[in-house]
Order: sequence, then C-alpha cells, then structure tokens
Amino acid sequence: MSQTIIDKITEQQSNLPGREGFLAEFTDRSMAEFRRLGIPAVKHEEWRYTRVSGLFRLEMGFGTGTSVTAADIDAHRLPDHEEATELVFIDGRFAPALSNIRHNEKELVVMPLSDAATGEHADKIRAHLGHSAAYHPDGIQALNAAFAGIGLFVMVRKGFATEKPIYIYCIADSRTGYVFAQPRTLFLVEAATQVMVAEHYVTLGSGESFTNEVFELCAEQDAVVEYVKIQDEGPMASHVGTTHVRQTGRCLTNAVTISLSGRMVRNNLNMVMEVEHGESHMHGLSLLNGETLVDNHTIVDNMQPHCQSNELYKAVLDEASTGVFNGKIFVRKDAQKTNAYQSNKNILIGEKASANTKPQLEIFADDVKCSHGCTVGRLDEEAMFYLRARGLGEASARALLLHAFAADILDRIGHEPLRRYVDRLVSQRLAYDIHNGQ
Amino acid sequence: MLNIQDLRAGIEEMEILRGIILQIRPGEVHAIMGPNGSGKSTLASVLAGRSDFEVTGGSVEFMGKNLLEMSPEDRAREGLFLAFQYPVEIPGVSTTNFIKTAVNEVRKHRGEEPLDAVAFLKLMKERMKLVQIDQSLLSRSLNEGFSGGEKKRNEIFQMAMLEPKLAILDETDSGLDIDALRIVANGVNQCRGKDNAFLIVTHYQRLLEYIEPDYVHILYKGRIVRSGTKELALELEEKGYDFIKTELETADQAQQ
Repeated sequence: MSQTIIDKITEQQSNLPGREGFLAEFTDRSMAEFRRLGIPAVKHEEWRYTRVSGLFRLEMGFGTGTSVTAADIDAHRLPDHEEATELVFIDGRFAPALSNIRHNEKELVVMPLSDAATGEHADKIRAHLGHSAAYHPDGIQALNAAFAGIGLFVMVRKGFATEKPIYIYCIADSRTGYVFAQPRTLFLVEAATQVMVAEHYVTLGSGESFTNEVFELCAEQDAVVEYVKIQDEGPMASHVGTTHVRQTGRCLTNAVTISLSGRMVRNNLNMVMEVEHGESHMHGLSLLNGETLVDNHTIVDNMQPHCQSNELYKAVLDEASTGVFNGKIFVRKDAQKTNAYQSNKNILIGEKASANTKPQLEIFADDVKCSHGCTVGRLDEEAMFYLRARGLGEASARALLLHAFAADILDRIGHEPLRRYVDRLVSQRLAYDIHNGQ
Repeated sequence: MLNIQDLRAGIEEMEILRGIILQIRPGEVHAIMGPNGSGKSTLASVLAGRSDFEVTGGSVEFMGKNLLEMSPEDRAREGLFLAFQYPVEIPGVSTTNFIKTAVNEVRKHRGEEPLDAVAFLKLMKERMKLVQIDQSLLSRSLNEGFSGGEKKRNEIFQMAMLEPKLAILDETDSGLDIDALRIVANGVNQCRGKDNAFLIVTHYQRLLEYIEPDYVHILYKGRIVRSGTKELALELEEKGYDFIKTELETADQAQQ
C-alpha cells in the first residue's frame, strides 16, 4: 500500500465526527494500529484466500453519504418494513435522515456513535466498543475502528420484547465511482429482552465497492437475540464483515449468515460465551456462481462451563466460485462440560468451483464434547435419478435438491416474513442458475 | 404398449441383460422372477433410464416410441413409472410438494393445465386412501426416517397420483411384513385397469398371491428362460430356483 493511499485515508479519518473524548482517543489509537499493521497479505494464514490488498487503490472514494434518497432504498427494504425500525448506512455513514425509528424511546435507543460517546451512555461505549479487536488483531479491523466516528449506537432496553424487527441497511453507492464504506455498529441488548436484528448489504449501481464493516453486539442475562445477515451486493462488490457477539449474561443468541453475491466476501462471526449455560447457534448459507469467493471465518470462545454451541455452514458452489470455511472453537481451561458442534457442507456444481474447509479446535478443558465435520461433494446422483424418474426435468430436479439442501439453514431464520423473503431470494437464484445452465 | 426385442445391457465390460424379449399389452400384469443376480433389477433400471447401465443392443418400444432414446423424465412423462427397490430419502422436500411438481410436469407434457390447489388436494386425498397413507407422513420430508413399509406405500401412492400407463415395481415386496404387503398389493390392484399395465419384479412368489399376474417370466443369467401363467410362479415356489438351474444346465450339456 502506497504512502499516498495512507495519507488519503488519514486525511479522511481526521475530518470525521467524534473528534473529542474517548471516541477521539479510540479512533486515533486504531488509526495508529492500522498504520502499524497494514493490510493483511496473502501470507497471513487468516487471509490466505481473501486477497484484500488489491482493494486499496488511489481511486477509492469515501462517498458523501448524501447521494442516496429514500426511493433508492425502496427496492432493498426487508419485509414488513413499515412495522420495523429501519436504520440506514450510506457509504459507511449512519444516515439518521433516511432511518425510521418505529420503536419508542423507552424500548430502543438509537443515535450516532459520536453523540453516544459524549452523552449519558458514554460509559457503555467505553466498556464495549472495540471488544472484537482482540479476536482479529489485523489492520483491516483497526481501519474500521478508526472510522467509528461515523458509526451507530443502538441499545435495546431492559425487559423489552417485541416482534418488530430492527433492520439495518448498509448501502454502498457505486454509481459515481469506486466507493469504500466502513459501517460500524455497537448494539447493546440489555437483560430480559427479545430482539430480532437483520443487516442487509446491498450496492447501488453496478460499479466497484468495498465494504469493511464491524458489528459488535453484547447480550445480557436472559436476552434472546436473533441476528440475520443478508449479503446481496453487486457483482463488483468486495466485503469484509465482522459480527462480534458477546454473551455477558446467560442468554441465547442465533446468527444466520446468508451470502449471495459479490466478488469477494469475507464474513467473520465471533461468539464469545463469557457466562455459564450460554447457548448459541450459528448458521450460514453461501450460494455462489461466477468467480465469487466467500470466506466464512467463525470463532466460538467458550470461557465458562456448561455452554452449548451449534454451528452449521453450507455452500452451493457453481461455475468457478470458491467457498472457504474456517471454524475455530476455543474451550478454555475453566469451560468444563462445554458442548460444541460444528459442521460444514459443500456441494460443488461448477467444474471449476472449489471448497476449502478447515476446522480448528483448541481445547484446554478435559471434560467437554466437541465435534466437527465437513463434506464436499456433488449433487446426489441417486436422488437426481429418483426425481427425474418421476417426471421432473434435470433443471428442476437440481433446483429442488439444492433448495432442499439450503432449507435447513433457511429454517433457522425464526422471523417468518424474513425467512420467506430469503427463501424467495434463494429460489430466484436457483432458477436463474438453471436458466444459465440451459 | 411395451415391446422389448433382444435387449442387451450391462455395466462396463460386464453384460447383464443378454437378449431380453418381452411384450406387454394394455391391461396385463406381468411378473418377472429370478434368482439373485439374474438381472431383474437391471431390467427395471434400464427401462426407467438409469444411466449407470449401458445398452449395448436391441430395442425397446413404448407406446410406439423408442424408449431408449428418451431421458428418464420423458419416460416418466410418457407414462412409465418405476417403483424403486430402495426409495431415496430427500431431506427438505415434502412428499406433497414433490408429487405436486411431478403431477404438473406430467400434465404439462400432455398439454394439460396444471392442477389447482383444490383439485390437487382432492386427488391426493382420494389416492391416499388406496395405500392407507397418512397426511402427516406426506407433509414430512420425502422418505426421510420412513420405515421400509412407509417408503413402499409412498411409492405406490406416487404411482396412483401419476396414473402411469406402465408401472414397474422393482422388488416392492422386499422388506415388507405381511400387513404392509397386503396394503401395497391392494393399492396396486385398485389401480389395475384395461388401459394400463404392470411389470412386477420379484424374488418371491409371495407378492403374487395378492397381485395376480397374467404372465410369469423367469429371468436367469440375463435371459428370460421360461414364460407361463401364474402356475409357473407356484411351481417355482415349490421347487425353488435350483430346478431351473438344473434344467438349463442339463439342456446346455445336451447341446454340447
């Protein structure tokens, strides 16, 4: 990376909001880290498949955050959005004017991170912001942190349970050039709450974009959190996203990660289980074609006894696409009676498609149950023949089997309208692929 | 309806079917019996279009068309049905959704409108009764976790839904207890008509007590070595397959 690009990023960073108090200190410290660490190169084991260094080019812009109207967003709104709280990022900047807060203030706090850092929630920001850095000590994470001044703070207040979802749209506007977006969210879920939050990543225009995102969530005692990430960006989009979930009380967290498109997508998902008897579920589905690469890196950190985690990631890889899965499970010395399951299943459709899968278990306790498994294969020939022998054409038989393969991930989206929405995206994609194949 | 002439097929270098000759007319029920490895299931698979087998000679005409040139789905759409010996489990697909897709694919092929939800449900309810299959079973993933008997009943249910002209039952009786066997046979009997035909592949005479065949053929080493009426099945049951083997070996020796 050239000095010119670093200078350009530095200049941009120094003009962002949040230039006082803790946030200024945090972002400046992160900027210094970014300068020290640089961009992870391919020789970095964690970044073997995801080549990000080529994304840092002089023509990258940071957007103005003002180029997008509510009408531009309409095509990307999630189901029943009229009932939901909709929070919008444009080119990585939280955009209050485009957001719709449909929960009341007693239930939900929403504000720019820069305001939260100086107001009544300052101590919370100080306590939680940047917790993910320890799990990903690299320049890309540091760079996002350096831009936290344009980020978002959300807090679900104690005792509040609702069916109304919270939708976060992360929109990169590529219509006027290569855009670099760095959304950052700190999402606190107080005790005895139930919440459903979905992030939707999309691109406006068909130009190049690079989104480098960090979403930190902290769930307290007796919280039930459902998190869904839908990555459906343009064909020239690159994406590095980190979802960092902490359980600071005994609670239940479900995460579903759906990756549908883009040029290169890296999803990091961390589940940090800090308290006994925590439960977490992590599910992922990648549906890829062209030369798309999707790299899912997950971490489950079992710090205390009796925690349970369950992880299943699936990928359908068509054409020359590449799927990567790296699943780390840490069981610390005190975390006896941990139950941790991990599974990764891949179906290769394309002749040039490939899957790379790597479980990584580090267990320091002696009374635990941990298992992992992975499969890479073609579509089941016998099942294909069975369906065709009943009159289904080759293309519909294939779509049916692939949809069935995806179904147990889709079923993990508890919010029904959203599940149907994602199901429709998946069905459309399978039909599209079939059309291509014919 | 079906005219098989000198059909030869095999896997790689091994020839399994070595000149099958068989004609089936509408309304007939044929049974093919034979010891293990005689080629019974291969015949069923080749007729249904399983690509594992290579046809090396002969011809098969079905409803006046060259069957061997058709894809498996076109065979099904033309009215051929194979009840699998080992029905495949498909997680994530309910039998109801699957059979609806299949029924409508067949209808489309015939130039008919797809069945609407009400008509489909009505047809389904009616056909479910034939094999005493339960709605809850059909809402579950196709064959997943079904018992052997449930899977076979599901096959016959699907057959009843698709109304094929020729149904091939590949060892549908294997692994069935007597009650399941009776239910399955009863379902088949109710589907019998003057316009459709059955080819029942079985190792044992047992099933034929419930589904009375018009013709019985004995397959041995890839050829039909004897054909007769249902009495042939009884003779086979009484004397076992060894009598065929001995008879044929004696004949072979006499030739030499």
